[in-house]
Amino acid sequence: MISRGFRRKRADTGGTAVPPGQYVTTDFPVLSAGPTPRTRIADWSFALEDADGKEMFRWGWFELLALPATEVTVDIHCVTKWSKLGTRWKGVTFDDLVLAAGRPPPAPFVMAFCDGGYTTNLAVADLEAGKAMVAYEYDGHALAPEHGGPARLLVPHLYFWKSAKWVRGLRFMQADAPGFWEGLGYHGRGDPWKEERYAGD
Amino acid sequence: MPAIDPPGGADGIRAASVAPDGGGAAPAAPASSPAPRPPARLAWREAEIVRVIDETPSARSLVLRVPAWPGHLPGQHVDVRLTADDGYQAQRSYSIASPPERPELVLTVERIDDGEVSPWLAGEARAGDRFELRGPIGGYFTWTAAAGGPLQLVAGGSGIVPLMSMLRHRALAAGGREVPARLLASWRGVGAMVYRGEIAALAGGASDGAGDGRGLSVVHTLTREAPPAGWAGERGRVDAEMLRRRVFAASEAPRVYVCGPTPFVEAVASALVALGHARERVWTERFGPTGGGG
Repeated sequence: MISRGFRRKRADTGGTAVPPGQYVTTDFPVLSAGPTPRTRIADWSFALEDADGKEMFRWGWFELLALPATEVTVDIHCVTKWSKLGTRWKGVTFDDLVLAAGRPPPAPFVMAFCDGGYTTNLAVADLEAGKAMVAYEYDGHALAPEHGGPARLLVPHLYFWKSAKWVRGLRFMQADAPGFWEGLGYHGRGDPWKEERYAGD
Repeated sequence: MPAIDPPGGADGIRAASVAPDGGGAAPAAPASSPAPRPPARLAWREAEIVRVIDETPSARSLVLRVPAWPGHLPGQHVDVRLTADDGYQAQRSYSIASPPERPELVLTVERIDDGEVSPWLAGEARAGDRFELRGPIGGYFTWTAAAGGPLQLVAGGSGIVPLMSMLRHRALAAGGREVPARLLASWRGVGAMVYRGEIAALAGGASDGAGDGRGLSVVHTLTREAPPAGWAGERGRVDAEMLRRRVFAASEAPRVYVCGPTPFVEAVASALVALGHARERVWTERFGPTGGGG
């Protein structure tokens, strides 16, 4: 359906493809539900839990920093329509966490849990083989609290709500189950290239 | 910046002050339960502009007829999709300003001059024009009279839009007016105030800084321009002191809804937590800047 008089105003993205319905921004918008948590590094840790909720491994802040670090430059896509190209992150990949924990993933899904109570569900297949990391640096600097610092999940091939801010751990699950936004009408997986924004997309 | 859009939606960067599951894993479905039916897709619907209301020099309300609109909760938003005659499409999110009780859907859009969608919605568009939308979207930043109160609303500029849906709903819903409510709204200047007259009327004719008699009190604050003569509201940015003076005390356990630009929401939400408000009683909606979006 054509809207009378509407026309393209934004410049082409210079050959860089963005997913359908997205536009490129150079800012880094912040969208969070609720006040930004402030967690002291001394109180921070990151845990892997098995499907029974038993702790498999837990790292304190400096233990996480001591793990092999990976730097990536990736495009990120927010379900609210903005995409940001060429963002630079540093952190520890899911693969390296699992390796350090010394046990293979015990179940095919995880629920990421966070300070502030946020959760999001992910398939292990969307985390492994370099697809995801726990990121603690953005653009060469410590990750700011409003962007999820001290550490956030980074799963750039899915809509950015999957890249949970203030992440504190992953709980493995035998069956997939909705996290916070997924339980409020958002898509279970959120592939931006398939435009999986909302349940049913 | 996406117009008035506080995309109630998730962005990935969004996280919750309170998750329904308390931050832990949601319970997995019992293995024996039948596979849930896949949810229906949120369909694109054709919206026709019935009327255009100029709210300020840069903000405009569009009164829309949307056949078979499924209804919404105060605070939710829609995705808007515009299509050019060459097939080019652009999507943005906009908060709903109208209450569920009204048959027509109202969006209030602030024009961002270097934006793409908002200049059409808040400039070019006129009655009779049509575009596509789908929704409602966002189940977190919502309030209904049934949820009760006290209801504390804190708006930064165009962040007033989803809060206006709540205020209009409060005025129309059964039992709504019995919910004590306060609005603290921050504006650059008097000329930027959206819905000023209607808000005053909802508050029983009280103007810019007075109580009301209908359970709703309203305070406006002006951050950049000097207030006009006789101004009864506040001056300056919303800070901890102003919040202490003007919002329900933490001891009254209000439900607090904060909507506005990111720095505004960050500052207000942090100050509220510092004043003792429970994190899970503070709902937020942040928007912009998104670098010439809108």
